[in-house]
Amino acid sequence: MTTAATSTGAEYGSDTFESRHIGPREADIERMLNVVAAPSVDALIAEIVPADIRLPGALPLAPAESEFAYLRHLRALASQNQVWRSYLGYGYHDTITPAVILRNVFENPGWYTPYTPYQAEIAQGRLESLLNFQTMVSDLCGMDVANASLLDEATAAAEAMALFARVHKRAGATTFVVSPDVFPHVRQVIETRAVPLGIHLRFEDPATAEFGPDVFGVYVQSPDDHGRIANLRSMIDRAHGAGVLVAVGTDLLSLALFTPPGEFGADVVVGNAQRFGVPLGYGGPHAAFFATRESFVRQSPGRIIGVSVDSKGRRAYRMALQTREQHIRREKATSNICTAQALLANISAFYGVYHGPTGLIDIARRVHDQASRLAAALGRLAWTETNGVFFDTLRLTGAPERAAEVRRGAEARHINLRYPEAGIVQISLNETVSEADLADIVAAFTPVGSTPPALGAPGTTPAPGGELGRQSAFMTHPVFNQHHSETEMMRYIRGLERKDIGLDRAMIPLGSCTMKLNAAAEMMPVSWPEFARIHPFAPVAQTTGYQQIFAELEDALGRITGFPAVSLQPNSGAQGEFAGLLVIQAYHRARGQGQRNIALIPQSAHGTNPASAAMAGLSVVIVACDDRGNVDLADLRAKAEKHRDRLSCLMVTYPSTHGVFEGHIREICAIVHEHGGQVYMDGANMNAQVGLTSPAAIGADVCHLNLHKTFAIPHGGGGPGMGPIAVAAHLAPYLPGHPVVKTGGASAISAVSAAPWGSSSILLISYGYIRMLGAGGAANATRIAMLNANYIKARLEKHFPVLYAGNNGRVAHELIFDMRPFKQQTGIDEQDVAKRLMDYGFHAPTVSFPVAGTLMVEPTESEPIEELDRFCDAMIAIHAEIQAVADGKADRQDNVLKHAPHTAEDVSANEWTHAYSREAAAYPVHSLRASKFWPPVSRIDNPYGDRNLMCECPPIEAYQSAD
Amino acid sequence: MYPTDLKYTKEHEWVRLKDGEAEVGITDFAQKQLGDVVFVELPEVGRKLTQGEVFGTIESVKAVSELFSPVSGEVIAVNGELGSHPETVNAKPHDAWMVRIKPTNAAEADSLLDSAAYGELTK
Repeated sequence: MTTAATSTGAEYGSDTFESRHIGPREADIERMLNVVAAPSVDALIAEIVPADIRLPGALPLAPAESEFAYLRHLRALASQNQVWRSYLGYGYHDTITPAVILRNVFENPGWYTPYTPYQAEIAQGRLESLLNFQTMVSDLCGMDVANASLLDEATAAAEAMALFARVHKRAGATTFVVSPDVFPHVRQVIETRAVPLGIHLRFEDPATAEFGPDVFGVYVQSPDDHGRIANLRSMIDRAHGAGVLVAVGTDLLSLALFTPPGEFGADVVVGNAQRFGVPLGYGGPHAAFFATRESFVRQSPGRIIGVSVDSKGRRAYRMALQTREQHIRREKATSNICTAQALLANISAFYGVYHGPTGLIDIARRVHDQASRLAAALGRLAWTETNGVFFDTLRLTGAPERAAEVRRGAEARHINLRYPEAGIVQISLNETVSEADLADIVAAFTPVGSTPPALGAPGTTPAPGGELGRQSAFMTHPVFNQHHSETEMMRYIRGLERKDIGLDRAMIPLGSCTMKLNAAAEMMPVSWPEFARIHPFAPVAQTTGYQQIFAELEDALGRITGFPAVSLQPNSGAQGEFAGLLVIQAYHRARGQGQRNIALIPQSAHGTNPASAAMAGLSVVIVACDDRGNVDLADLRAKAEKHRDRLSCLMVTYPSTHGVFEGHIREICAIVHEHGGQVYMDGANMNAQVGLTSPAAIGADVCHLNLHKTFAIPHGGGGPGMGPIAVAAHLAPYLPGHPVVKTGGASAISAVSAAPWGSSSILLISYGYIRMLGAGGAANATRIAMLNANYIKARLEKHFPVLYAGNNGRVAHELIFDMRPFKQQTGIDEQDVAKRLMDYGFHAPTVSFPVAGTLMVEPTESEPIEELDRFCDAMIAIHAEIQAVADGKADRQDNVLKHAPHTAEDVSANEWTHAYSREAAAYPVHSLRASKFWPPVSRIDNPYGDRNLMCECPPIEAYQSAD
Repeated sequence: MYPTDLKYTKEHEWVRLKDGEAEVGITDFAQKQLGDVVFVELPEVGRKLTQGEVFGTIESVKAVSELFSPVSGEVIAVNGELGSHPETVNAKPHDAWMVRIKPTNAAEADSLLDSAAYGELTK
């Protein structure tokens, strides 16, 4: 048997990363095996994973590396990246991350380890911060509401198109007009998304385009790809007059000075909030924003934070309007997107809190002033600025023969400028630019031997005026105007953090989410400047370190999945699904089988699968599951046969969403192949496969990998994520390309993400995970994840029925507890148990997925036996509390479960009217006396929040009345 | 148990036929399945519906469901009250009408369930 600390080279003795990543100690494993009644971990695994899909030997990965050796290695790779001053624009700008935010948010597990705030009572801190983000964005954009971020600017633009396609009132209109002057990556992602939806794109200047009856919407950018700022009023008025909706891509910082698109009448405003304090990271992660009118909010994509009240009438935050999302609406969802960019949205929100409106105007004015003075100085060198009205970006026309000299001059000074056409140079400035940097740019433009012209004095540029100058106030809410000293800021950040449960506090046993350790050594390099301060479109020659990491990571993920080719581009699992399906469709088309457009999806699938299929233009046909939760083979065969000429693919999660290794998986894949289809494997449950079996071994053709699950990228409180796809050789030619930086196969599909390698900087985390674990450690992580799950099953199955198990009564890496019998008997339901766990200091398991009325638990390999026991003890104690209701010893309504969670305020109030004691409410088990988490609010009223929708910071009066 | 003056669909709408008009809502069974209703999306007045056609959606905090027209006809009124008070659907499901339809084919009503048959269906 392989256990912790045996499977690795030992340059630094027995202190291996594996022994730190995996929770249970060697002696614990013996005890756990006794409890689960298995003679060894190997024997347990043999009972769980079908023999016909087991890998014959160890994964062909490099030996494990200690943390110290890994960080030394990464330092060497970092030094191969060159951090030039990049003034490339494209919606990405270097930024100053305030140190108080870097240390207390970006590098703080209290902020980066929590999950998406579905359990709102223990997520009030980040919900408040995300509400700040929404308020900041909607204020700056001049719109009614903003969502809590999207993956990147390009997908946000595509989502605007999709929204318009849903809500427009021009019957039969299918044309979307896109300005030719939008960023090239934005344009391409819009194209990628339009084609499968049957939307016809017309690339034409909206100012002069004809809005005939076929046109339903417009996408325009200001500042545009050149840096021009336009007065959009007459165009938008004309569009609205014709019943056409308008989306505007913009730059958030520019809106501190310039009239926001919302005030010109835009229906949707999108962009990238990156320059609000989020490092470039060679492409991400960053938070894109999406703001719209109140009337479109129910049709909007992504997560929206709203204000509600708790059971005591206190103000409380929650995710609003969740019925829009794919987990409920499936193929009819507004979008397939699940992951947002919560951590990055929070960083941008804190940047807004830290600077406030005055600080933002100051930064914007400085950047604008620098750009203006630079334009004047370069004018004296015979370079003509052609944008006219600009914020930070100059488009300079000069003699073509001079442009080559400028480029040499800039490169000699380690400056990246943009050279879009012969004789044209484009420069986008940012808040990091110093006077010395400006002088360097001027010097690069100055002919050798000449004296550079002087720059005008700083602060001499007037603020933009006229109809383009912003007159309206923004971010007037107190939160943006009172935390401006570092002391205040630190306390605000930490105060919010303390309201939330992350992995720094307790196990987060969310099934299907794989909340494993996000190790410090994996995380640290993400904020090193050699990785953080690189522009996504910097020349590849400057990113040798990154390129080596990508190549090694692709190779390792290929070996783990058994597939020869990998694309790192998709920014989330959902985007990976979309990319994988497009790759399958491209393959069918290349073989003259373009009519194949049906996706078979088992009933038990996650809602994202049908939502992605719909987005990829596929029709969804549901395959039944049998009463054990497995794919019904007869039904699969019948449907594959019925649709044999149109079958595109099967989307299947393995092990299943029920946490079971279906024994017939190879047969399932074979049936699909026999009927001309491809098999897409959803990699959500890859944590039960690594090193033991693989997507290739089960017979799949393509899969995505949720790097934020299996490969240790933290969940960030609701994003970032990464969803690379791995494919069999016949699909490799179609892996996604990119319009600015070459990626993908020979017949690449168009880009699915804004950046060529998605959120590059967090790929380091998965790279570190694999390098430090090595083949043995990675496989052992899988084995212990399954041991932990079966240990919980063994301890709790006497108390709570386990819904599905494999042939030997074993579960894989997660398990479902059925709460429905208790509801029938006592009225206590899964929500009551979820909320009661908060009183015990835990985040709830996954509620009502994949089966309504259940709780799904996934402990991961990282949780030690002490924490598993603490969780099991809590569940057993809760079972006794339910039993008390069943026995009539506790009231059906007035009991510890129905009123959970209990706040400190409620428990310490002078008045206590419940039928149970304060001690039973707050300290039901002894261990809580040593460490108690107090939920900051009691049970949140969900219907109230959705009926009285409010998606920005409540006005100050609301705070006063709440006090 | 279900009001005998109403007719029902298998999709859990009720219809009240009187004075040549059809008032449509969802049943007590349906509102219990949905839970707390937070939003009802209704069609524009004047829209022509055929029997079985989707005329709107209803959302609770955890589920969303389409509304199917029990009869063919033209929408002559929608219940704007539900915009500000969607919870009425939970409180008084058989009074909280959503649309009034001017039926074009009276015979269609015969295909609907009566109180007893619907009660059987939802047992």
